[in-house]
Amino acid sequence: MTQGFFQLAIALAILLAVAPFLGKYMARVFMGQRTILDPVAGPLERLLFATGGFSNQRAMRGGQYVRAILVSNLVMGILVFAIFMLQGVLPLDPTNLNAPDWDLALHTAISFVTNTNQQHYSGETTYSYFSQVGALGFLMFTSAATGIAVAIAFIRGLTGNSLGNFYVDLTLSITRILLPISVVGAIALLIAGVPETFAGPAVAQTLEGATQYIARGPVAHFEIIKELGENGGGFFGINSAHPYENPNNFTNLLETIIMLVIPAGLILTYGIMAGKPRQGQLIFGMVFIFYAALIAIAAVGEFQGNPLVNSILGEQAPNLEGKEVRFGWALTALWAVSTTGTMCGAVNGMHDSLMPPGGFATLSDMFLQIVWGGQGTGTAYLFVFLILTVFLTGLMVGRTPEFFSRKIEKREIVLASIILLAHPIAILIPGAITLAFPEILAGISNSGFHGISQVIYEYASAAANNGSGFEGLGDDTLWWNLSTSFSLIVGRYVPIIALVYLADSMTHKQPVPETAGTLHTDTFLFTGVTAGTIVILGALTFLPVLVLGPIAEGFAIAQAALGLN
Amino acid sequence: MTAQQTETATRQPGGPRGNRRHTPKVNTSGLYQRAFREAFAKLNPRIMVKNPVMFVVWVGTIITAILTVNPFIFGPVQDEGPRLFNGLVTLILFFTLVFANFAEAVAEGRGKAQADALRSTKSETTARRLRSNGSVEEVSSTQLRRGDRIKVIAGDVIPADGEVLDGVASVDESAITGESAPVLKEPGSDVASSVTGGTRILSDELIIRVTADPGKGFLDRMIALVEGAERSKTPNEIALTVLLAVLTLVFLIVVATIPTPASYINSPVSITILVALLVALIPTTIGGLLSAIGIAGMDRVAQFNVLATSGRAVEACGDINTLVLDKTGTITLGNRLAEEFIPLNGHSMREVAAISLAASVFDTTPEGKSILRLAEKQGAKLDFNRNQAEAVEFSARTRMSGTDLPNGEEIRKGAVDAIRGFVRSRGGQAPESLEAAFTRVSELGGTPLAVCRNDDIYGVIYLKDIIKPGIHERFDQLRRMGVRTVMLTGDNRITASVIAKEAGVDDFVAEATPEDKIQVIQAEQAKGKLVAMTGDGTNDAPALAQANVGVAMNSGTQAAKEAANMVDLDSDPTKLIDLVTIGKQLLITRGALTTFSIANDIAKYFAIIPAMFAAAGIGALNIMGLNSPQSAVLSALIYNALIIPALIPLALRGVKFRPLTANQLLQRNMLIFGLGGVIAPFIAIKVIDLIVGGVGLA
Repeated sequence: MTQGFFQLAIALAILLAVAPFLGKYMARVFMGQRTILDPVAGPLERLLFATGGFSNQRAMRGGQYVRAILVSNLVMGILVFAIFMLQGVLPLDPTNLNAPDWDLALHTAISFVTNTNQQHYSGETTYSYFSQVGALGFLMFTSAATGIAVAIAFIRGLTGNSLGNFYVDLTLSITRILLPISVVGAIALLIAGVPETFAGPAVAQTLEGATQYIARGPVAHFEIIKELGENGGGFFGINSAHPYENPNNFTNLLETIIMLVIPAGLILTYGIMAGKPRQGQLIFGMVFIFYAALIAIAAVGEFQGNPLVNSILGEQAPNLEGKEVRFGWALTALWAVSTTGTMCGAVNGMHDSLMPPGGFATLSDMFLQIVWGGQGTGTAYLFVFLILTVFLTGLMVGRTPEFFSRKIEKREIVLASIILLAHPIAILIPGAITLAFPEILAGISNSGFHGISQVIYEYASAAANNGSGFEGLGDDTLWWNLSTSFSLIVGRYVPIIALVYLADSMTHKQPVPETAGTLHTDTFLFTGVTAGTIVILGALTFLPVLVLGPIAEGFAIAQAALGLN
Repeated sequence: MTAQQTETATRQPGGPRGNRRHTPKVNTSGLYQRAFREAFAKLNPRIMVKNPVMFVVWVGTIITAILTVNPFIFGPVQDEGPRLFNGLVTLILFFTLVFANFAEAVAEGRGKAQADALRSTKSETTARRLRSNGSVEEVSSTQLRRGDRIKVIAGDVIPADGEVLDGVASVDESAITGESAPVLKEPGSDVASSVTGGTRILSDELIIRVTADPGKGFLDRMIALVEGAERSKTPNEIALTVLLAVLTLVFLIVVATIPTPASYINSPVSITILVALLVALIPTTIGGLLSAIGIAGMDRVAQFNVLATSGRAVEACGDINTLVLDKTGTITLGNRLAEEFIPLNGHSMREVAAISLAASVFDTTPEGKSILRLAEKQGAKLDFNRNQAEAVEFSARTRMSGTDLPNGEEIRKGAVDAIRGFVRSRGGQAPESLEAAFTRVSELGGTPLAVCRNDDIYGVIYLKDIIKPGIHERFDQLRRMGVRTVMLTGDNRITASVIAKEAGVDDFVAEATPEDKIQVIQAEQAKGKLVAMTGDGTNDAPALAQANVGVAMNSGTQAAKEAANMVDLDSDPTKLIDLVTIGKQLLITRGALTTFSIANDIAKYFAIIPAMFAAAGIGALNIMGLNSPQSAVLSALIYNALIIPALIPLALRGVKFRPLTANQLLQRNMLIFGLGGVIAPFIAIKVIDLIVGGVGLA
């Protein structure tokens, strides 16, 4: 037990040590200050801008920014869809894979464009190396960079600056942040034993004389951006539980930290860019407490194990079903909470096999969307919650609400409301429809409470752009591919469009000078109030499904165990 | 120096409310009965639909009512005897609606009572209308039209708002201002030429041109606003309504998506309970009280004898960053008093007193009279025949006044540099010591007036400005609330700075003309600040219009009143400070009840969810230990209904305002309404559950 909690403590300590550096660095990048990468990245960017014929780098207005996002994402999505459908005739296909069904290809394209990487397939048996590296790997960079660009535009708008240029920020996110860390990280993974090859599967003769095909491929570079960009789409079907993606404890620790650093650091970046570093630190602290609490819930649940199993064993044993023994209960719980919190979606164990507290923690992560949150968008949502908290409680100081010296009025509330609405619509409505026709639509492998968790998890994962699966769900069907595509699109673009317009509307406001009568949002008290608002507005919405899923299941297992004893 | 000294009331700022004048007695008898009847009338769906939160409750009530009549209309039901339960839920939801409507009706009723009281001062009278040929015809005051000329004589009630064309008369305006001293009205003058319908002429007669059609007069329009008839939602109210509607929509989705997962685990939920959960979760408390809070805010302003043109103006009061205040009448008492004579040029104290007496003998201003009193106290006597002397009136151009004696000597008093110029024009020279005396008086915060005879300066009169008691504390409070005060005065820089320091204002503009006001306001607004000011003259009108909150004195001109967004019936400029407080109180009340309403959801969830999924084996979530599922649902709903009338007094009275910084206010109110809002319903629902269980309802 001690070892498990010690592992958790080390990982959290490393995160706390690394995040501030990256936070400061990202702030310098987007505030146009000098950074150590200037000599390398500068010429590369100039080359990119020049070859792209991209001379217009003017700041964009809200509508232009939204258009740029939608058009670029649409073009990338169509391109990738075309690659999938044509992969049979394209190179780098050593196992001669043909085009998948159109609905799976569509779902995969949408899933990767939206930075979700929900996979209704196994990579090694569905997509060629070209599709994986050229199409999916490409989107892993651009979709993550899109999220960062939106986040940066949002904070610029909130602080009264122009939103910036989408294409410039997209490029900088890749050349200054994603690419350099990926290069270093991929080399570290290579050294630790992750393969990187275009050769086809290795063929081995087993001792019994059977022939075994061992899937491999260009994994190392794919793996690092998978974690760094909160993508989560594994090269192999079982994702980071596969020994070629995540061979040992070192890679596991590295990948855990890597998936947390950007969303964690970005909160601090916000504080710095807003000229209120304390604001960033306090929000960081608040999220850290949410995060640590959810880890504790999940870890304790796994550590205590399944009482039904334990009563048969006659001893107290942690739950190791669906886990890699090399990681154990603690690191699997840590990973599960981190990957659902950051919207990464990579898994190093089967979430379906987590005890109900683990199911509760992972679902809560995706309902809240701010326990670090998705690449860029998570931090933006945090600030949307700050705005909503200011609006609801700020009146209590006797002034009409203002945030960062700008009045919050009807337009801002309408836009924030859209963000608030999109999530329940994208999760609860398709979830309810699926559960209404369980035989026809669902492919659910469990009855009762666990079945509800499976269905809701799948839509929550899509809507939050997380991408992890509860597994066990027969999800490569027309219904699942199309209905989750709806959740993917609503969960991604509705909030992003609202964020950009919200930022745009704040930009054009006359700032109100700060006085003693101004509500300061960078205080412990206000941060606490914000946490309460997040729980009430963000989590209570999903309390009924949490009760019907993991909570009821937890009670049912406890009840059954009592009966056995 | 200002040309004119306005007479102002001497109410102590921040003094006890009882001392303040109020509008004529408000008749509240039968208010609650009327409001209760009105609450039922407002159940009309066309009215309900304007409030999205309560409309959802309205629809829910209809659904549960249908289920009471026929519990099986939407399909089979598992519960035994659901009719009683459905009926009880319907009844509670119905009363939730009635209570919410009642809150609004009470607020409106109070507004109406207030308006009636104001209106009662204006009764139908007979008017003497002048025909174009000059002859007089008697008509009812309701027949008067804008542009008509009327004649009023002593004893008449002035039938309409108007402007004095001819005549001088004293008018009793106590009906609208509460001020018993009659006011002099005469044509031409800025302030004194406008008369208000409903006031009474006491002496002489006036020819008045009617400036408003009957019922359209300035006060009529303002009164209609107080009544709530023409009330439109403020921007913040609209934004809050949007958010409440969205929260309602979110919870509608939450509740609508419960049945299929519940059926999936074979624990179907009845429609009545779904409606109950929905009503408990949507923010009915603030939804039901929101408009009452707004109306009550306008009403509180009206109780203060200030009429606001819109709720928006009241809301803006809370946001004010800067108050632009006239020194005279607001910061200092209107009248400066002569305190001391300072002899110069080798003259004796007696001589200065005598010359000052001679200079002021025709001066009827309070200052002039105080100079006479001081001179007589020092033994000075008139040494010429008053009737043969000639008065020299004060003018803004010359900035001095005085007396031409029968023997041809010219005695003058006035601003120091004006007198210096006068003496020079008569071939004299100002003594060195004049400058020193000027500085000394200025540094004391007083106004120095020089007196001279022909080319000889005799000395300086020290006019003492008296700062209103308690004003310093008020400005301290304002500063703590983050409101900056800027004082405007015609005084010289030194005097202004001394008074500014003594009164505790943050900034001042010395030697200001009325036109400077608008510049000060624009400069502040350019920094993003919201500015409030008071004014009465026509030359204040542009500044009143420019200010975010412009309060016109009722004694002021029509132009000033039209430009302002509030009119103070008492003409007391100090009230601006109280208006800031009322504005903040309105916003705090709205925020507090919103926070309370949303914080309540936690307890309601914990009451209803375990009851709803009782079959799913989650009894442990019933942390309140409620009797039975049915009792839990009923208790949560009863709480939800009763909390509305329980909070009506708070909504109408407003949360008590304390002059604290924003962070202190947040801390305090969060503790009461946030934390209280989380805890209170747990206790209340448990108590109601015990009662419901006790009487055997469920």
